Amino acid sequence: MTVKMATRQAYGEVLVELGHEIENLVVMDADLSKSTMTAEFGKVFPERFINMGIAEQNLYGAATGMAISGKVVCASTFAMFATGRAFEIVRNSIGYTRANVKICATHAGITVGEDGASHQTFEDMALMRTIPGMTVVNPCDCVSAKKLIRQAVAMDGPVYVRLGRAPVPNFYQEDDDIQLGKGKCIREGKDLTVIATGIMVSEAMIAAEKLQEEGLDVRVVDINTIKPIDRDIIVKAAKETGRIVTAEEHSIIGGLGSAVAEVVVRECPVVMEMVGQLDTFGESGKPDQLKEKYGMDAEAVIRACRKIMER
Amino acid sequence: MNFKELEQRATNIRINIIKALHSAGSGHPGGSLSAADILSVLFFHEMKLDPENPKMDDRDIFILSKGHAAPVLYSALAEKGFFPEEDLLTLRKINSNMQGHPDMRKVRGVEMSTGSLGQGFSASGGAAMARKMDKKDSRVYVLLGDGELQEGLVWEAAMSAGHYKLDNLVAFVDWNGLQIDGNNDDVMTVKPIDQKFASFGWNVLMIDGHSLPEIIDALDQARACKGKPTLIIARTIKGKGVSFMEGSAGWHGKAPNEEEAKRAVEELGGVWA
Repeated sequence: MTVKMATRQAYGEVLVELGHEIENLVVMDADLSKSTMTAEFGKVFPERFINMGIAEQNLYGAATGMAISGKVVCASTFAMFATGRAFEIVRNSIGYTRANVKICATHAGITVGEDGASHQTFEDMALMRTIPGMTVVNPCDCVSAKKLIRQAVAMDGPVYVRLGRAPVPNFYQEDDDIQLGKGKCIREGKDLTVIATGIMVSEAMIAAEKLQEEGLDVRVVDINTIKPIDRDIIVKAAKETGRIVTAEEHSIIGGLGSAVAEVVVRECPVVMEMVGQLDTFGESGKPDQLKEKYGMDAEAVIRACRKIMER
Repeated sequence: MNFKELEQRATNIRINIIKALHSAGSGHPGGSLSAADILSVLFFHEMKLDPENPKMDDRDIFILSKGHAAPVLYSALAEKGFFPEEDLLTLRKINSNMQGHPDMRKVRGVEMSTGSLGQGFSASGGAAMARKMDKKDSRVYVLLGDGELQEGLVWEAAMSAGHYKLDNLVAFVDWNGLQIDGNNDDVMTVKPIDQKFASFGWNVLMIDGHSLPEIIDALDQARACKGKPTLIIARTIKGKGVSFMEGSAGWHGKAPNEEEAKRAVEELGGVWA
């Protein structure tokens, strides 16, 4: 049985490890430390943890002030508020100055669940992707989340790390090589490629196994970094399989699907389908119910794969 | 205290503001001129900084939160020797480092990129917290406009600076009373500034922002105050030093033409070349 754990949990754990290793690491939060899992860092390193209260604009403004004073900052809140409410501060203070701030935002996407539409963001990657110099990372499980957060903290400059609330199966092994900016082919296939990110990676794998029974040979690629995106792995998939389905827990406008299409149309045009949140808001419900209703589960990937084979 | 020198520095800063804005053909003279005396005191009396070593570890930092007053910051930095005066004439021109609003990545001595109101103030709080964390005696100075106080972010930042007792932070409000659309009081009153900040846990001082002794005295009081950030409300005159610009909202965001620039520079006792 695969272990299930939320990527935010991995974030909380790796932060404490990093706190021991990196003296100038500062963690800031906006009254959600128990949910974003920064609270444990706060307990171990109270002098390097700052709660900014329910004030996300000032969270990121002050994080910039920390960064220009030589700190490496992980600043966390829910993805909705980090990228939505604070967008212009993230753009002008963090992005424009190329501040060494890691925007580690949790509770992204439909799997927020019961809290409903006001807290379910499908726009965050689209927004962050448009900021020059911003790196956008979306881990699919806890093993890769820890490795990618370490790499994000080690690099100089702003990074947006998208983390989830709901537990996801641990997909990778500890000794797997996970590189920020590098996609990973996790299943070979020749008929079509599903390029997935975040929680949709494991859904894509389930879909691929089922489709194999129908005689369809599906390649699956995990894109852990939406920007800068791994062009080579996308072009290779386009050339070798001729069909691409993207899968993300995010709006199909501006996220992974768009980023992949931007590469494909310029370098090797092939047919594409996109699995993700359609142009609509979410609602309350259990994560699995919502994934099914809004078309972000293995079944939705299967439907898209069948459809693309008919094109 | 050599007030004569500080006065001359302020005048030189004003003259260069006019020359730079004329050269640029656009920009913000009113709110640059009103802050010249404050910057003269900060850069030539109060702050610990070294133009030869702009990243000196224990330096004090200044953040221009009202980034549209970039000419006053650039002129003060040039006067201090961070870069040659001639650079000022490239203000707002293509391929210049002298951006319309300050860019810390392009100009020596600029500590934070600003322009979008409220954000410099927010960053100043973070910078002050970082210094406390490191137990440095380095101080953080920030200048806000009065119209800028209408930004919600300002009050988030004010609340956190009070909460964290950032007594190494000094904020000035350049209270010239005018903003683009007219009087603060007509557009969206910011009064009472003093009571608002006091209730957020700040030590609040009210001074004449063109009186060098009052600016110096307020900075001394700020240094002596422990456990609270200090807000210095500096009553100023928009366009101060140039008769036809003083007190006019029309000179918020308009550059002087050649005749106006010449007149302004000569009024200030400078040479129009």
